[in-house]
Amino acid sequence: MEKQKGLLIDVTKCIGCGACVSACKEANGLPPEIEEELSADSYTVVKEKDGMYYRRLCMHCEDPSCKSVCPVGAFEKTPQGAVIYHANRCIGCRYCMQACPFNVPTYEWKKRAPKVQKCILCYHRLKEGKATACSEACPTGATMFGDREELVAEARKRIQENPGQYVDHIYGEKEVGGTSVMFLSAVPMGEFGFPTNLPDYSLPQLTWQALSKVPSVVIFGGAFLYGVWWIIDRRMELAEYKAKRKETDKS
Amino acid sequence: MDFKLPFKMTFWKVVLLLIWLAGLVATIIRVTGGLGASTNLSDKYPWGLWVGFDVICGVGLAAGGFTIAAAVYVFHVKRFYPVLKPTILTAFLGYLLVIVGLLFDVGRPDRIYNPLLMGNFHSALFEVAMCVMFYTTVLFFEFSPNLLQRLGWSGPKRWITKITVPLVILGVILSTMHQSSLGSLFLIMPEKMYIFWYSASLPLLFYVSAIAAGCAMVIFESHLSFRAFGHKLKDDVLADVGRILLVVLVMYLLMKIYDFTARGAWSSIFIPRMETYMFWLEALAGIIAPIILLSIRRVRLTTVGLYATSICVISGFMLNRLNTATTSFIASSGVNYFPSWAEIAITVALVATGFFIFAMAVRYLPIFEHPETHDRPKPLAYQTEETLELETLDLNAR
Repeated sequence: MEKQKGLLIDVTKCIGCGACVSACKEANGLPPEIEEELSADSYTVVKEKDGMYYRRLCMHCEDPSCKSVCPVGAFEKTPQGAVIYHANRCIGCRYCMQACPFNVPTYEWKKRAPKVQKCILCYHRLKEGKATACSEACPTGATMFGDREELVAEARKRIQENPGQYVDHIYGEKEVGGTSVMFLSAVPMGEFGFPTNLPDYSLPQLTWQALSKVPSVVIFGGAFLYGVWWIIDRRMELAEYKAKRKETDKS
Repeated sequence: MDFKLPFKMTFWKVVLLLIWLAGLVATIIRVTGGLGASTNLSDKYPWGLWVGFDVICGVGLAAGGFTIAAAVYVFHVKRFYPVLKPTILTAFLGYLLVIVGLLFDVGRPDRIYNPLLMGNFHSALFEVAMCVMFYTTVLFFEFSPNLLQRLGWSGPKRWITKITVPLVILGVILSTMHQSSLGSLFLIMPEKMYIFWYSASLPLLFYVSAIAAGCAMVIFESHLSFRAFGHKLKDDVLADVGRILLVVLVMYLLMKIYDFTARGAWSSIFIPRMETYMFWLEALAGIIAPIILLSIRRVRLTTVGLYATSICVISGFMLNRLNTATTSFIASSGVNYFPSWAEIAITVALVATGFFIFAMAVRYLPIFEHPETHDRPKPLAYQTEETLELETLDLNAR
């Protein structure tokens, strides 16, 4: 089995040059205009806060909410770790956008036949054994591509070897059950608006706890209702019959 | 709200036409310009009024259909028979409007059938979509005897009467599934929702509150029909619906109290912020006021009292669904969403169309005609007295 790939983004190394954004746009055929926020035309953006630069992009969850909620199965987690989107299935309910814990998927609001858009971890390149365009373009190594396991080990090493330089937390290692894209930073990722109240279990299981009860509701509910109907119907039938027989007995 | 008027007074006709005109303009904008031009939705706020009201409220308000059908056919509460037909009609119309609302809301309405072809069994929305599809079909069959009677086709009518009980049971199961799954839609977003509205018990809370809303709708529409067409129901039927409503509301209140205690939500109920006000509005209108009103005998036994209570419950219910689907997300999204005029226009046009078709159906179909005979459908084995006698004797022998 193929090893899961991933990205490690070290906020302390990012200089905000935006090479990753341009490379991403080229690799994915998106319009070259640079935007402030993720949009249908920008799979990733570089943002600045207090002199620190960080990226926004799809986190590629191990157990993605978008994939779980999509009624038509338009999302797929590939063996390489990329969460990809099959536009031909999509009906445009936008549940993926609503459910994503990182608010990543975006929509082509202005189009008449719109699609959801988000980073696909350069899946077309992964299949050819290449790294993502953003990591190849990064001049400082702030965005690093590799096997996810190795990236986690690398992140640990950096935290240990540079005491005080990093917050002792790999953002994405455990969040919502782990993500393929992870962040290292000098300040908690919450400072950059990343959600910090995420559980370390996967969110789709919350839905599944309820949905998995459906078959028993159908079977036992149906049997119960039919039983109730039958018993009451039978009793009423017998009561009517007895009443009738009393009458005929009298006459 | 008085819908006898569209047919008798020009003023309401004009209002209806204006609503439809606005709806038409909004529809043209939606079709030509897409969701971006017609709505205030954005990447940060992808679900708005159409999902929150047209779909989630619409389905809940139509819950009277399965509740009353179950009472009449499964539990043999024949007293409710006179309200059954108008309730089924409301439910059928409700679901049709929900589907039309969905066609406006989804980005690719031309692919609306895709869940049938490529379902994802892990998606609560897939379950809702399938149930809505099948239950609308069930409602069509439950409603069809009215049409068939009008057309004078007694053959198919008898055939449908025969399968009524399995049909109703199927309807109850499908409704139970999707009324609760509308709550399950939100289970996956615990970190995004405000404390009042996220709960692991959302499926159950949605189910019970939908039954309450369904009962309230029965009272509401019976009263309106009475005022518009003079179809007078025996008051005690509606008073009985009111009593059921009271029981369901008290159950809901207890579940809410338990839920708030279990999740430690009580400490937040007096924090002065928008969510708190919306929560109190919802709780007072939808739960507390109607429970107090219905506990008073004089209110429960008068038409006006019941009508006022039903309006409370319906508004409270709509607030609850809108709060769950929209208010709850405002804080975490950082966006102040308010629907665009086109979103509102289409919603209002859908509701007005619902009222209009209901009024038309009541006029031209035997909805309020009290049936000459409404024997409960019997399985074949019971149909002759001989078989019954045999079975009775058999029972006695044992």
